[in-house]
Amino acid sequence: MKSALIRYTPIAIMALAWELIAQLGLVSSSALPPLSKVVIAWVDLLRSGDLFAASAASLYRGASGLALAIAIGAVLGIAMAWWRPANALLGPLVEMFYPMPKSALIPVTVIWLGFGDGSKILLIFLGCMLPVTIGAFNGARGSERVLVWSARSMGASRLRMLWDVVVPSAMPELLNGVRTALALSFILLVSSELIVARQGLGYLIGYLGADGNYESMFAVVLTVAFLGFAADRLYMLLMGRVLAWRD
Amino acid sequence: MARLEPSPDEARAARLLRAQEIAWRLAPFVSVGLLIAAWEIVARSGTVTPYLLPSVGTVLARIWDDAVAGDLWINMILTLFRAFAGFAIAAIIGVAVGFAMARSRIANWFFDPLISVGFPMPKIAFLPVIILWLGTFDISKISMVVFETTFPVVTGTLVGIAGVERELIWSARNMGASEREVLRQVVLPAALPQIMTGLQVALPLALIVAVVSEMVMGGYGLGGAMMTAYRFANSAGVFAGIVEIAAVGWVVVKLMALVRRRLLLWHPEALEPSTV
Repeated sequence: MKSALIRYTPIAIMALAWELIAQLGLVSSSALPPLSKVVIAWVDLLRSGDLFAASAASLYRGASGLALAIAIGAVLGIAMAWWRPANALLGPLVEMFYPMPKSALIPVTVIWLGFGDGSKILLIFLGCMLPVTIGAFNGARGSERVLVWSARSMGASRLRMLWDVVVPSAMPELLNGVRTALALSFILLVSSELIVARQGLGYLIGYLGADGNYESMFAVVLTVAFLGFAADRLYMLLMGRVLAWRD
Repeated sequence: MARLEPSPDEARAARLLRAQEIAWRLAPFVSVGLLIAAWEIVARSGTVTPYLLPSVGTVLARIWDDAVAGDLWINMILTLFRAFAGFAIAAIIGVAVGFAMARSRIANWFFDPLISVGFPMPKIAFLPVIILWLGTFDISKISMVVFETTFPVVTGTLVGIAGVERELIWSARNMGASEREVLRQVVLPAALPQIMTGLQVALPLALIVAVVSEMVMGGYGLGGAMMTAYRFANSAGVFAGIVEIAAVGWVVVKLMALVRRRLLLWHPEALEPSTV
């Protein structure tokens, strides 16, 4: 308890510095509203239900896009490691599109699916799939030869082996790929909502900023930052559970 | 001694194997070709309007026009300048903070929670704050890139330094190396693979953030040009932008992999086939 207190003091110092700089008027209060006012604005947003509605819209988009990306990305990656023609055909495409800055897809997903949920889900799906694919591919390809051989010598069928040997050994790298995808999904979600949307946390930030309501804008920005942080921590916790069988 | 002539069966098997090898080599061109063909066929079939999917030819013509008019190069140079300026600043700050944290307990105490909380945060949410503070000029786009990309460099540096073998440092000290020499000649090279990995995570992020900032703030740059085309419902311009940005991303990431191989020629990892 005490060590945690010491550990997180620097964050408290930053918060205090923020409050002092704003209160002492070192910068104009429209550029940096005091933290205490931001907290009050946050409570107001929470009470009015705006923050909740925006978070629900954003999290729905993020979760759907990410779920699609994980399901399809993992299947593609394992297929590429397991079956050479799949690798020969998909490998070059993965290599071509992996380095692409995925934010370039924001306008085109809007052209295809409009301002609503669909375009954001498609964007997150397309943007987050390849890190999962590459993680699954590297993991599955690295499954230990000895394990594969011994499973085969014990008469396991090809399909059985895929499920019992290849998928579990692909797991650690696959889950790392998912973590990268999780971080990317937040970046793409917020950017696409900032640029073209009528709902969601990114839209709310842009709307409040344009309105000059900076206290509320800071409150939503901090909320997004916290959600991203919490999602990552939660995921790490889950990942530890899933991988508990490894020594 | 007479050489054994291969039997007809063996010769056929060998030919088949060679043909297969050639087929695998050609596969990349086949899949990219199929993708482009599918694009063209769908675009021309009339199942979708040209607004939803302009034909390959229209998009290439648009890129050609941009290149001849010079817009393409101006936009490309601006985007690359913003991404690389931010990336370079982030690289310097990131490595410096990483080393400071490894050297000093106070620096470690101060930065560790900030990094571990800040790393998973979507920093892009602060973009409107940065606009509020710095306006919509280059400085704000570069600052956004720095903010987003410093974190992976710091964590890469920390992992690298933590993995340096103690024996290396001890023996260098034993032979009379000063602290400074130990850092520059032992710790830095030994930590370099992980630092490079951190930089390789940061570089694509730098491009993503540069493009997003341009899209939000407007003006010149590949992202800004795409948004302009989008606002005028010019979908050929939007698709041209995707092709241009993808090409830039591809070249930049490949170059970074080359730099890594060049810098780490002495390292055992250079022997292994690179996956990038």
